[in-house]
Amino acid sequence: MAKEIDRIGIPVVQLCSITTIARSVGANRIVPAIAIPYPAGDPELEGSEERDLRKELVKRCLTALESDVETVTEF
Amino acid sequence: MSEKKPRVVCYLNQFFGQIGGEDKADTPPHIEMKAVGPAGALDTELGDVANVVATVICGDNYINEKDKAYSQVADLINSAEPDLVVAGPAFNAGRYGMACAKACEVAGEELNIPAVSGMYEENPGLDPAKRYAYIVPTPDSAAGMRKALPQMAGLITKILKNEELGPPEEEGYFPRGQRKTLFADKRGSLRAVEMLLKRLAGEDIETELPMPVFDEVEPAPAVREINKSTVALVSSGGIVPAKNPDSIESASATKYGRYSLKGHNDMRQLDYRSIHGGYDSVYANEDGNRVVPLDVMRELEERGEVGKLHDYYYVTTGTGTSVANAKKMGEDIAQELKDSGVQAVILTST
Repeated sequence: MAKEIDRIGIPVVQLCSITTIARSVGANRIVPAIAIPYPAGDPELEGSEERDLRKELVKRCLTALESDVETVTEF
Repeated sequence: MSEKKPRVVCYLNQFFGQIGGEDKADTPPHIEMKAVGPAGALDTELGDVANVVATVICGDNYINEKDKAYSQVADLINSAEPDLVVAGPAFNAGRYGMACAKACEVAGEELNIPAVSGMYEENPGLDPAKRYAYIVPTPDSAAGMRKALPQMAGLITKILKNEELGPPEEEGYFPRGQRKTLFADKRGSLRAVEMLLKRLAGEDIETELPMPVFDEVEPAPAVREINKSTVALVSSGGIVPAKNPDSIESASATKYGRYSLKGHNDMRQLDYRSIHGGYDSVYANEDGNRVVPLDVMRELEERGEVGKLHDYYYVTTGTGTSVANAKKMGEDIAQELKDSGVQAVILTST
Protein backbone atom coordinates (compact mmCIF):
# COMPACT_ATOMS: atom_id res chain seq x y z
CA MET A 1 0.00 0.00 0.00
CA ALA A 2 2.82 2.41 0.93
CA LYS A 3 4.33 1.86 -2.46
CA GLU A 4 1.19 2.67 -4.43
CA ILE A 5 0.54 5.82 -2.39
CA ASP A 6 4.11 6.94 -3.08
CA ARG A 7 3.73 6.02 -6.73
CA ILE A 8 0.74 8.31 -7.17
CA GLY A 9 2.81 11.15 -5.76
CA ILE A 10 1.54 11.46 -2.19
CA PRO A 11 4.31 11.22 0.40
CA VAL A 12 3.65 8.40 2.87
CA VAL A 13 5.38 7.34 6.05
CA GLN A 14 4.99 3.82 7.39
CA LEU A 15 4.90 3.42 11.17
CA CYS A 16 5.69 -0.22 11.83
CA SER A 17 7.66 -2.57 14.05
CA ILE A 18 9.27 -4.97 11.59
CA THR A 19 11.03 -2.30 9.58
CA THR A 20 12.83 -4.96 7.55
CA ILE A 21 9.49 -6.00 6.04
CA ALA A 22 8.63 -2.37 5.23
CA ARG A 23 12.02 -2.05 3.54
CA SER A 24 11.60 -5.25 1.56
CA VAL A 25 8.18 -4.24 0.22
CA GLY A 26 9.53 -0.87 -0.86
CA ALA A 27 8.40 1.75 1.67
CA ASN A 28 10.57 4.84 1.41
CA ARG A 29 9.85 6.70 4.67
CA ILE A 30 9.80 4.51 7.77
CA VAL A 31 9.35 5.26 11.48
CA PRO A 32 10.08 2.29 13.78
CA ALA A 33 7.05 1.61 16.00
CA ILE A 34 6.72 0.32 19.57
CA ALA A 35 5.48 -3.24 19.04
CA ILE A 36 3.51 -5.36 16.58
CA PRO A 37 0.15 -5.38 18.44
CA TYR A 38 0.43 -1.68 19.42
CA PRO A 39 2.55 0.28 16.95
CA ALA A 40 1.46 3.67 18.35
CA GLY A 41 1.12 2.92 22.05
CA ASP A 42 2.39 1.00 25.02
CA PRO A 43 -0.08 -0.58 27.43
CA GLU A 44 2.58 -0.68 30.14
CA LEU A 45 2.64 3.11 30.41
CA GLU A 46 0.23 5.36 32.29
CA GLY A 47 -2.50 6.97 30.16
CA SER A 48 -0.83 10.37 29.75
CA GLU A 49 2.64 8.91 29.28
CA GLU A 50 1.33 6.60 26.60
CA ARG A 51 -0.29 9.51 24.84
CA ASP A 52 2.96 11.50 24.99
CA LEU A 53 4.80 8.58 23.47
CA ARG A 54 2.23 8.36 20.69
CA LYS A 55 2.49 12.10 20.08
CA GLU A 56 6.24 11.82 19.76
CA LEU A 57 5.89 9.01 17.22
CA VAL A 58 3.29 10.87 15.17
CA LYS A 59 5.46 14.01 15.22
CA ARG A 60 8.34 11.93 13.94
CA CYS A 61 6.02 10.77 11.13
CA LEU A 62 5.24 14.39 10.30
CA THR A 63 8.95 15.19 10.17
CA ALA A 64 9.41 12.27 7.77
CA LEU A 65 6.63 13.61 5.54
CA GLU A 66 8.30 17.02 5.48
CA SER A 67 11.68 15.56 4.55
CA ASP A 68 12.77 14.93 0.99
CA VAL A 69 14.44 11.53 0.71
CA GLU A 70 16.36 9.94 -2.13
CA THR A 71 15.99 6.37 -0.98
CA VAL A 72 14.56 4.35 1.90
CA THR A 73 15.08 6.31 5.12
CA GLU A 74 14.28 5.58 8.75
CA PHE A 75 13.34 8.46 10.98
CA MET B 1 26.93 -48.43 13.71
CA SER B 2 30.23 -46.68 13.50
CA GLU B 3 29.66 -43.09 12.45
CA LYS B 4 27.65 -40.68 14.47
CA LYS B 5 24.47 -39.48 12.84
CA PRO B 6 24.47 -35.79 11.87
CA ARG B 7 22.67 -33.50 14.27
CA VAL B 8 19.83 -31.29 13.09
CA VAL B 9 18.40 -28.43 15.17
CA CYS B 10 14.98 -27.06 14.24
CA TYR B 11 13.71 -23.53 14.79
CA LEU B 12 9.96 -23.10 15.34
CA ASN B 13 7.65 -20.28 16.44
CA GLN B 14 5.34 -20.39 19.46
CA PHE B 15 2.50 -21.83 17.42
CA PHE B 16 4.32 -24.76 15.80
CA GLY B 17 6.41 -25.10 18.95
CA GLN B 18 3.15 -25.92 20.73
CA ILE B 19 3.30 -23.14 23.30
CA GLY B 20 0.27 -21.22 22.13
CA GLY B 21 -1.19 -18.69 19.71
CA GLU B 22 -0.91 -14.92 19.44
CA ASP B 23 -1.09 -14.52 23.21
CA LYS B 24 2.28 -16.30 23.42
CA ALA B 25 3.96 -14.37 20.60
CA ASP B 26 6.07 -12.50 23.18
CA THR B 27 7.69 -15.69 24.50
CA PRO B 28 11.51 -15.47 24.70
CA PRO B 29 13.47 -18.28 23.04
CA HIS B 30 14.14 -21.59 24.76
CA ILE B 31 15.41 -24.98 23.71
CA GLU B 32 13.93 -28.43 24.08
CA MET B 33 16.31 -31.34 23.61
CA LYS B 34 13.84 -33.20 21.45
CA ALA B 35 11.95 -32.86 18.19
CA VAL B 36 8.77 -30.85 18.84
CA GLY B 37 5.73 -30.75 16.51
CA PRO B 38 6.73 -30.59 12.83
CA ALA B 39 10.34 -31.21 13.88
CA GLY B 40 9.18 -34.66 14.99
CA ALA B 41 7.62 -35.34 11.61
CA LEU B 42 10.82 -34.15 9.95
CA ASP B 43 12.86 -36.45 12.17
CA THR B 44 10.75 -39.37 10.94
CA GLU B 45 11.23 -38.27 7.33
CA LEU B 46 14.97 -38.12 7.82
CA GLY B 47 15.06 -41.73 9.05
CA ASP B 48 18.64 -42.97 9.24
CA VAL B 49 20.11 -39.86 7.66
CA ALA B 50 20.09 -37.57 10.67
CA ASN B 51 18.58 -36.92 14.07
CA VAL B 52 16.64 -33.86 15.07
CA VAL B 53 18.35 -33.45 18.43
CA ALA B 54 16.76 -30.23 19.59
CA THR B 55 14.07 -27.65 18.86
CA VAL B 56 14.54 -23.95 19.52
CA ILE B 57 11.22 -22.19 20.02
CA CYS B 58 10.65 -18.45 20.11
CA GLY B 59 7.64 -16.15 19.90
CA ASP B 60 7.22 -14.36 16.56
CA ASN B 61 6.88 -10.94 18.16
CA TYR B 62 9.83 -11.45 20.51
CA ILE B 63 12.33 -12.36 17.82
CA ASN B 64 11.19 -9.54 15.54
CA GLU B 65 10.98 -6.83 18.20
CA LYS B 66 13.90 -7.48 20.55
CA ASP B 67 17.43 -6.70 19.47
CA LYS B 68 18.92 -9.27 21.82
CA ALA B 69 16.76 -12.08 20.39
CA TYR B 70 19.21 -12.88 17.60
CA SER B 71 22.12 -13.62 19.92
CA GLN B 72 19.86 -15.53 22.31
CA VAL B 73 18.62 -17.75 19.49
CA ALA B 74 22.19 -18.12 18.21
CA ASP B 75 23.43 -19.27 21.63
CA LEU B 76 20.63 -21.81 21.98
CA ILE B 77 21.11 -23.26 18.49
CA ASN B 78 24.85 -23.42 19.02
CA SER B 79 24.47 -25.18 22.38
CA ALA B 80 22.95 -28.20 20.64
CA GLU B 81 26.00 -28.54 18.36
CA PRO B 82 24.11 -28.86 15.09
CA ASP B 83 25.50 -29.94 11.73
CA LEU B 84 22.53 -28.34 9.99
CA VAL B 85 19.72 -25.96 10.97
CA VAL B 86 16.13 -26.26 9.81
CA ALA B 87 13.80 -23.26 10.17
CA GLY B 88 10.05 -23.48 9.79
CA PRO B 89 8.53 -24.13 7.28
CA ALA B 90 6.88 -20.71 7.57
CA PHE B 91 4.49 -20.89 4.59
CA ASN B 92 3.13 -17.34 4.08
CA ALA B 93 3.47 -16.16 7.69
CA GLY B 94 5.45 -12.94 7.42
CA ARG B 95 6.76 -12.57 10.95
CA TYR B 96 7.58 -16.27 11.13
CA GLY B 97 9.36 -16.00 7.78
CA MET B 98 11.50 -13.14 9.08
CA ALA B 99 12.20 -15.20 12.21
CA CYS B 100 13.25 -18.19 10.10
CA ALA B 101 15.55 -15.87 8.13
CA LYS B 102 17.27 -15.00 11.40
CA ALA B 103 17.68 -18.67 12.33
CA CYS B 104 19.15 -19.30 8.86
CA GLU B 105 21.48 -16.35 9.35
CA VAL B 106 22.68 -17.89 12.61
CA ALA B 107 23.55 -21.07 10.72
CA GLY B 108 25.23 -19.35 7.79
CA GLU B 109 26.89 -16.42 9.47
CA GLU B 110 27.72 -17.58 13.03
CA LEU B 111 28.08 -21.35 12.78
CA ASN B 112 29.05 -21.74 9.16
CA ILE B 113 26.76 -24.70 8.64
CA PRO B 114 24.02 -25.26 6.05
CA ALA B 115 20.39 -24.33 6.68
CA VAL B 116 17.12 -25.41 5.09
CA SER B 117 13.71 -23.77 5.33
CA GLY B 118 10.38 -23.75 3.52
CA MET B 119 8.35 -20.69 2.52
CA TYR B 120 5.64 -19.47 0.18
CA GLU B 121 7.06 -17.40 -2.67
CA GLU B 122 5.57 -14.14 -1.35
CA ASN B 123 6.86 -14.54 2.21
CA PRO B 124 8.90 -11.42 3.05
CA GLY B 125 11.36 -13.70 4.86
CA LEU B 126 12.35 -15.42 1.63
CA ASP B 127 14.68 -12.69 0.45
CA PRO B 128 16.77 -12.34 3.61
CA ALA B 129 16.75 -16.11 4.21
CA LYS B 130 17.85 -17.39 0.82
CA ARG B 131 21.27 -15.83 1.27
CA TYR B 132 21.96 -18.32 4.02
CA ALA B 133 19.70 -21.26 3.26
CA TYR B 134 18.07 -23.54 0.76
CA ILE B 135 14.40 -22.58 0.83
CA VAL B 136 11.87 -25.08 -0.45
CA PRO B 137 8.78 -23.52 -2.09
CA THR B 138 5.66 -24.34 -0.07
CA PRO B 139 1.94 -23.58 -0.40
CA ASP B 140 0.74 -20.46 1.43
CA SER B 141 -0.73 -22.21 4.48
CA ALA B 142 0.23 -24.89 6.96
CA ALA B 143 -2.08 -27.26 5.10
CA GLY B 144 0.98 -27.76 2.91
CA MET B 145 3.06 -29.22 5.75
CA ARG B 146 2.80 -32.77 4.44
CA LYS B 147 4.13 -31.71 1.08
CA ALA B 148 6.83 -29.45 2.44
CA LEU B 149 8.51 -31.79 4.93
CA PRO B 150 9.45 -34.62 2.52
CA GLN B 151 10.87 -32.04 0.11
CA MET B 152 12.91 -30.44 2.86
CA ALA B 153 14.05 -33.85 4.07
CA GLY B 154 15.16 -34.72 0.53
CA LEU B 155 17.32 -31.62 0.32
CA ILE B 156 18.71 -32.13 3.83
CA THR B 157 19.67 -35.70 2.93
CA LYS B 158 21.59 -34.59 -0.12
CA ILE B 159 23.35 -31.83 1.78
CA LEU B 160 24.34 -34.05 4.71
CA LYS B 161 25.57 -36.79 2.39
CA ASN B 162 27.66 -34.20 0.59
CA GLU B 163 25.97 -35.00 -2.67
CA GLU B 164 26.26 -32.29 -5.27
CA LEU B 165 23.13 -30.16 -5.51
CA GLY B 166 21.85 -29.36 -8.96
CA PRO B 167 20.36 -26.03 -10.01
CA PRO B 168 17.33 -24.72 -8.09
CA GLU B 169 14.72 -25.66 -10.66
CA GLU B 170 15.90 -29.28 -10.66
CA GLU B 171 16.31 -29.71 -6.93
CA GLY B 172 13.27 -27.70 -5.90
CA TYR B 173 14.54 -24.73 -3.97
CA PHE B 174 14.39 -20.99 -4.57
CA PRO B 175 17.30 -19.58 -6.60
CA ARG B 176 19.88 -18.15 -4.22
CA GLY B 177 21.55 -15.80 -6.64
CA GLN B 178 24.73 -17.86 -6.56
CA ARG B 179 26.69 -18.81 -9.64
CA LYS B 180 28.47 -22.07 -10.10
CA THR B 181 31.29 -22.84 -12.50
CA LEU B 182 30.46 -25.57 -14.96
CA PHE B 183 31.74 -26.83 -18.27
CA ALA B 184 29.64 -26.28 -21.38
CA ASP B 185 30.19 -28.03 -24.72
CA LYS B 186 30.31 -24.75 -26.57
CA ARG B 187 32.21 -21.61 -25.74
CA GLY B 188 30.39 -18.44 -24.71
CA SER B 189 30.72 -16.52 -27.96
CA LEU B 190 29.20 -19.40 -29.89
CA ARG B 191 26.31 -19.74 -27.44
CA ALA B 192 25.65 -16.01 -27.59
CA VAL B 193 25.55 -15.97 -31.38
CA GLU B 194 23.26 -19.01 -31.41
CA MET B 195 20.96 -17.29 -28.97
CA LEU B 196 20.92 -14.18 -31.12
CA LEU B 197 20.11 -16.18 -34.25
CA LYS B 198 17.28 -17.94 -32.45
CA ARG B 199 15.95 -14.62 -31.29
CA LEU B 200 16.09 -13.15 -34.79
CA ALA B 201 14.22 -16.20 -36.03
CA GLY B 202 11.52 -15.48 -33.47
CA GLU B 203 12.22 -18.66 -31.48
CA ASP B 204 12.12 -18.92 -27.71
CA ILE B 205 15.41 -18.48 -25.96
CA GLU B 206 16.43 -19.32 -22.42
CA THR B 207 18.76 -16.82 -20.83
CA GLU B 208 21.79 -18.15 -18.97
CA LEU B 209 21.62 -15.30 -16.50
CA PRO B 210 18.14 -14.11 -15.54
CA MET B 211 18.12 -10.51 -14.36
CA PRO B 212 16.24 -9.75 -11.16
CA VAL B 213 13.09 -7.68 -11.66
CA PHE B 214 12.90 -4.64 -9.41
CA ASP B 215 9.79 -2.59 -8.88
CA GLU B 216 11.17 0.33 -6.97
CA VAL B 217 9.05 3.38 -6.45
CA GLU B 218 10.69 6.77 -6.16
CA PRO B 219 9.81 8.51 -2.90
CA ALA B 220 7.13 11.15 -3.45
CA PRO B 221 8.36 14.68 -2.81
CA ALA B 222 7.99 15.93 0.77
CA VAL B 223 5.12 18.14 1.84
CA ARG B 224 6.32 21.70 2.23
CA GLU B 225 4.01 22.90 4.98
CA ILE B 226 2.47 20.09 6.95
CA ASN B 227 0.63 22.68 9.06
CA LYS B 228 -1.36 23.62 5.97
CA SER B 229 -1.73 20.14 4.51
CA THR B 230 -4.40 17.47 4.70
CA VAL B 231 -3.04 14.29 6.21
CA ALA B 232 -4.84 10.93 6.06
CA LEU B 233 -4.49 7.90 8.30
CA VAL B 234 -4.25 4.50 6.65
CA SER B 235 -3.70 1.22 8.48
CA SER B 236 -3.17 -2.45 7.81
CA GLY B 237 -4.06 -3.11 11.47
CA GLY B 238 -7.63 -4.27 10.87
CA ILE B 239 -9.48 -1.74 13.10
CA VAL B 240 -13.05 -1.59 11.79
CA PRO B 241 -16.56 -0.75 13.07
CA ALA B 242 -17.55 -3.52 15.46
CA LYS B 243 -19.94 -5.16 13.04
CA ASN B 244 -17.32 -5.20 10.28
CA PRO B 245 -19.86 -3.81 7.76
CA ASP B 246 -17.66 -4.46 4.74
CA SER B 247 -16.84 -8.03 5.82
CA ILE B 248 -13.11 -7.45 5.56
CA GLU B 249 -11.31 -10.77 5.95
CA SER B 250 -9.23 -11.28 9.10
CA ALA B 251 -6.41 -12.72 6.98
CA SER B 252 -5.54 -12.78 3.26
CA ALA B 253 -7.63 -9.67 2.76
CA THR B 254 -9.12 -8.79 -0.62
CA LYS B 255 -11.03 -5.75 0.66
CA TYR B 256 -10.42 -2.50 2.46
CA GLY B 257 -12.73 -0.15 4.31
CA ARG B 258 -13.10 3.60 4.47
CA TYR B 259 -14.57 4.87 7.73
CA SER B 260 -15.44 8.34 8.92
CA LEU B 261 -13.51 10.11 11.65
CA LYS B 262 -15.60 13.26 11.33
CA GLY B 263 -16.44 14.74 14.71
CA HIS B 264 -14.42 12.15 16.62
CA ASN B 265 -11.36 12.85 18.73
CA ASP B 266 -10.51 9.48 20.10
CA MET B 267 -10.79 5.90 18.78
CA ARG B 268 -12.17 4.89 22.16
CA GLN B 269 -15.36 6.90 21.49
CA LEU B 270 -16.06 4.67 18.52
CA ASP B 271 -17.38 1.16 18.73
CA TYR B 272 -14.50 -0.23 16.72
CA ARG B 273 -12.47 -3.39 17.12
CA SER B 274 -9.64 -5.24 15.50
CA ILE B 275 -10.56 -8.09 13.20
CA HIS B 276 -6.90 -8.73 12.31
CA GLY B 277 -6.03 -12.42 12.57
CA GLY B 278 -2.27 -11.93 12.70
CA TYR B 279 -1.68 -10.31 16.09
CA ASP B 280 -3.12 -10.39 19.58
CA SER B 281 -5.86 -7.76 19.38
CA VAL B 282 -6.34 -7.29 23.16
CA TYR B 283 -4.35 -4.02 23.27
CA ALA B 284 -5.88 -2.62 20.09
CA ASN B 285 -9.39 -3.36 21.36
CA GLU B 286 -8.58 -1.72 24.69
CA ASP B 287 -7.50 1.47 22.92
CA GLY B 288 -7.76 1.78 19.14
CA ASN B 289 -5.51 4.86 19.18
CA ARG B 290 -2.63 2.42 19.61
CA VAL B 291 -3.15 1.38 15.99
CA VAL B 292 -4.96 4.38 14.48
CA PRO B 293 -3.52 7.40 16.34
CA LEU B 294 -6.66 9.54 16.06
CA ASP B 295 -6.38 11.20 19.47
CA VAL B 296 -3.00 12.83 18.91
CA MET B 297 -3.73 13.65 15.27
CA ARG B 298 -6.76 15.67 16.44
CA GLU B 299 -4.68 17.40 19.08
CA LEU B 300 -2.00 18.31 16.55
CA GLU B 301 -4.71 19.51 14.17
CA GLU B 302 -6.22 21.70 16.87
CA ARG B 303 -2.82 23.12 17.74
CA GLY B 304 -2.22 23.94 14.10
CA GLU B 305 0.71 21.56 13.70
CA VAL B 306 -1.23 19.60 11.08
CA GLY B 307 -3.38 21.44 8.54
CA LYS B 308 -6.27 19.00 8.55
CA LEU B 309 -6.86 15.39 9.38
CA HIS B 310 -8.66 13.77 6.45
CA ASP B 311 -12.26 12.91 7.32
CA TYR B 312 -11.84 9.24 6.53
CA TYR B 313 -9.30 6.60 7.37
CA TYR B 314 -8.62 3.57 5.23
CA VAL B 315 -8.01 0.13 6.64
CA THR B 316 -7.45 -3.49 5.74
CA THR B 317 -5.80 -6.46 7.40
CA GLY B 318 -2.21 -7.03 6.46
CA THR B 319 -1.54 -10.68 7.16
CA GLY B 320 -1.07 -13.31 4.52
CA THR B 321 -2.34 -10.76 2.00
CA SER B 322 -1.14 -11.60 -1.49
CA VAL B 323 1.08 -9.07 -3.20
CA ALA B 324 -1.41 -8.82 -6.07
CA ASN B 325 -4.30 -7.96 -3.73
CA ALA B 326 -2.18 -5.57 -1.68
CA LYS B 327 -1.14 -3.79 -4.86
CA LYS B 328 -4.71 -3.52 -6.13
CA MET B 329 -5.99 -2.20 -2.80
CA GLY B 330 -3.04 0.18 -2.60
CA GLU B 331 -3.77 1.56 -6.07
CA ASP B 332 -7.46 2.10 -5.28
CA ILE B 333 -6.76 3.72 -1.91
CA ALA B 334 -4.06 5.95 -3.45
CA GLN B 335 -6.44 7.10 -6.18
CA GLU B 336 -9.23 7.88 -3.70
CA LEU B 337 -6.81 9.80 -1.48
CA LYS B 338 -5.56 11.79 -4.42
CA ASP B 339 -9.08 12.57 -5.62
CA SER B 340 -9.98 13.82 -2.13
CA GLY B 341 -7.02 16.18 -2.08
CA VAL B 342 -5.00 14.36 0.59
CA GLN B 343 -1.40 15.63 0.60
CA ALA B 344 0.33 13.22 2.96
CA VAL B 345 -0.33 9.84 4.57
CA ILE B 346 0.60 8.13 7.82
CA LEU B 347 0.33 4.36 7.35
CA THR B 348 0.40 2.26 10.49
CA SER B 349 1.17 -1.46 10.35
CA THR B 350 0.88 -4.13 12.98
